[in-house]
Amino acid sequence: MTEPYTEGVPIADTKAPEGPIEKRWETRRFTAKLVNPANKRKLTVIVVGTGLAGGSAAATLAELGYNVKSYCYQDSPRRAHSIAAQGGINAAKNYRGDGDSVHRLFYDTVKGGDFRSRESNVRRLAEISVEIIDQCVAQGVPFAREYGGLLDTRSFGGAQVSRTFYARGQTGQQLLLGAYQALERQIAAGKVEMNARHEMLDLIVVDGRARGIVVRDMVTGEISTEFADAVVLASGGYGNVFFLSTNAKGCNVTATWRAHRRGALFANPCYTQIHPTCIPVSGDHQSKLTLMSESLRNDGRVWVPVAAGDSRAPGDIPEAERDYYLERIYPAFGNLVPRDIASRAAKNVCDEGRGAGPGGLGVYLDFADAIARLGRDAVEAKYGNLFEMYERITGENPYEVPMRIYPAVHYTMGGLWVDYDLRSTIPGLFVIGEANFSDHGANRLGASALMQGLADGYFVLPATVGDYLADGPFPAVSATDPEAVEARDGVESRITRLLAVDGDRTPDSFHRELGRIMWEYCGMERTDEGLRKAIALIRDLRAEFWTRIKVPGTDEELNQQLEKAGRIADFFELAELMCVDALHRTESCGGHFRAESQTADGEALRDDEHFAYAAAWEFTGTGEPPVLHREDLTFEYVHPTQRSYK
Amino acid sequence: MKLTLRIWRQKGRDGKGRMVTYTLDDVSPDMSFLEMLDVLNERLILSGEEPVAFDHDCREGICGMCGMVINGVAHGPERATTTCQLHMRHFSDGDTIDIEPWRSAAFPVIKDLVVDRSAFDSIIQAGGFITAPTGAAPEAHATPVPKPDADAAFEAATCIGCGACVAACPNGSGMLFTAAKITHLGLLPQGQPERYSRVVDMIDAHDEAGFGGCTNIGECTAVCPKGIPLETISHLNRDYLSATAGGKHPE
Repeated sequence: MTEPYTEGVPIADTKAPEGPIEKRWETRRFTAKLVNPANKRKLTVIVVGTGLAGGSAAATLAELGYNVKSYCYQDSPRRAHSIAAQGGINAAKNYRGDGDSVHRLFYDTVKGGDFRSRESNVRRLAEISVEIIDQCVAQGVPFAREYGGLLDTRSFGGAQVSRTFYARGQTGQQLLLGAYQALERQIAAGKVEMNARHEMLDLIVVDGRARGIVVRDMVTGEISTEFADAVVLASGGYGNVFFLSTNAKGCNVTATWRAHRRGALFANPCYTQIHPTCIPVSGDHQSKLTLMSESLRNDGRVWVPVAAGDSRAPGDIPEAERDYYLERIYPAFGNLVPRDIASRAAKNVCDEGRGAGPGGLGVYLDFADAIARLGRDAVEAKYGNLFEMYERITGENPYEVPMRIYPAVHYTMGGLWVDYDLRSTIPGLFVIGEANFSDHGANRLGASALMQGLADGYFVLPATVGDYLADGPFPAVSATDPEAVEARDGVESRITRLLAVDGDRTPDSFHRELGRIMWEYCGMERTDEGLRKAIALIRDLRAEFWTRIKVPGTDEELNQQLEKAGRIADFFELAELMCVDALHRTESCGGHFRAESQTADGEALRDDEHFAYAAAWEFTGTGEPPVLHREDLTFEYVHPTQRSYK
Repeated sequence: MKLTLRIWRQKGRDGKGRMVTYTLDDVSPDMSFLEMLDVLNERLILSGEEPVAFDHDCREGICGMCGMVINGVAHGPERATTTCQLHMRHFSDGDTIDIEPWRSAAFPVIKDLVVDRSAFDSIIQAGGFITAPTGAAPEAHATPVPKPDADAAFEAATCIGCGACVAACPNGSGMLFTAAKITHLGLLPQGQPERYSRVVDMIDAHDEAGFGGCTNIGECTAVCPKGIPLETISHLNRDYLSATAGGKHPE
């Protein structure tokens, strides 16, 4: 293989203000230029995606007076995948008086991210967390409450305080419906033009500024160009590159990948979160994986048999012959260690032949002790819907038989690189929520995705986008401008090409094969040799895709296979970049575990001397070596240490 | 197991649909219903036929995107279960399964099993929200909410907007969907200021969107994957009467 990448100039400025960290966000809000109400009415913002980040941003921008055009691929903005988040949302309210504070949430998040996130951003996130809860309560989000009528909280992985607000096991649903309802209010007010069943297929950059997008109406197949003064991508993560993940089937990387091809740097693509508590795969027909909320680890105990190859039913294995391995290895955090650690520990015990269930790819999550301690009713009140979901999928009753769980791809910490203003390297292109790379470093803590999505959408972007738009309105652009024509033609010719191959393999068959390569070589454990092999395999498969893909139907109708094929084509390109990123980062950190870099007892070994930076990649052409731009990370407040949960 | 599938095929909005029969002989009981359709579609693509279009996304019973009438029942035979969470272990070898889209005047068919449910969004636009602009919120603990009210509001708020209630209703009414939102917001102190205008505006939008009236048949709650109770409709009726006959509606 030729050199997989080349070195470019480092990123000099992240636009984070100087000064004491607790003043930086206030400073930035004060220095950001404002747009007066009359001018806001002349400015339009495109928002792609209607999850927690996109929905809350679109609603808030419209409330501020901007004109908003909103797009989602689902049939309604209410269905974005944020809806599936179960466990909760973190906030440093310290309602429990258990020692929580903004600074502690900041500290836990930087540490949880294995010292690979930007301190200024994380500190801001922790500050805003408290406002999010206020906002959501005012909107009517029915959080769980105590008998006194005050809000209830619970504990989550990576924290020793109880700061996670929740609505049964459906917190994401309730928060998203809050944002959706705020959005619908603005649609009714005429401030948001909603375009459901529309898919963004390219970004239009004019005079160096993001000025619009190319979209396909998924019902009629019509391709159109849409323009604005700024474009916001809130299109989520790229976990579906693995085919099997906890993401919704439609989640895809196309919006961010197309922006990357247009010049936006893509940061830390190899940082993938493998969630420890998912329902194991049941067969070759499997189309997706289902997560069981991390909150279950508050009361469930994780174990496997002490002896390898023990095939007795779990109830027949006596206490002395069970290994509660998280409690044994990590006594301080026990079952509540962060996700990356819990996942790798599960993989290790299964690799030792001690896994449970068919194929030995599972560990027990046992509620017998919790039921004995709290009573079945109390357990049901907390986790009832999760237990039902488990039983529906597996046909087993978790009140009587321990759940079987196994890690699965869940979240991607990487994404388009953004500065402190959430602006990408293309002026006028902002990226929020899971689609950006900013706040979680190499590992996201539980209940922090909802916090970040809403912080970005409700509070950060609406404050920072004005600073950019204050220089607008920008010169008018139209569908006949050469940049718009070129983007539109590119989209159309790609669709024509996909339909013309008329080969003998289905889109899903390619996607599954790509997913297997990624899971094998770029999953929970990565090696130099494996990653090089993966890159070669991906290139071969990509070439095969373009000669053997079969897409039925036409481009002038609802064509779900055509949608899939286009998304898979982009996943191929992303997959290669993920492997290059994983290959270049020879340290282990967070969700990125390089087998060559571990401590004597098998924990991830960071290399702060060489890798304390975010890796932002520049696109140079399909299959061409990307250019690495480093953003050096400095830690003034949370001193990097070997992360220990023991 | 071996199955005979009779599936509604319709080319587009204005197309004339018909039931088409397919057979599958390698269905595993651990498959979900949608995975079974994936298997059928893979086969159809390779044999040069048009695959069956159906809506789906999260495949974990929460997004509300999927939904089909299976053997005459919205979301199929299992209670409180979305189509994506229905597993083939509930069927038997040799079964014939009829699969149709939601059928309702307010939900026109787009293609095959895909329908247009945007009428639900229009009901929410009419008043299914609390006016609380970002940044204006008081401290969350300023207003305690009695736990029974919070819990009941949550139960109503679990509606996923799938539209099974409409598909099951002989009148094609969207009243359970509308009532769930009115109950959710009406039980919370934050929802009180707009309580009576909300109910009137949402009912108006409901009727305008082409949904039928409610005659308390109860098919809706029987098929609801989230078990939204019929009492929410009583709640809606009480608020509607207070607003109109009781003169509480500001207009």
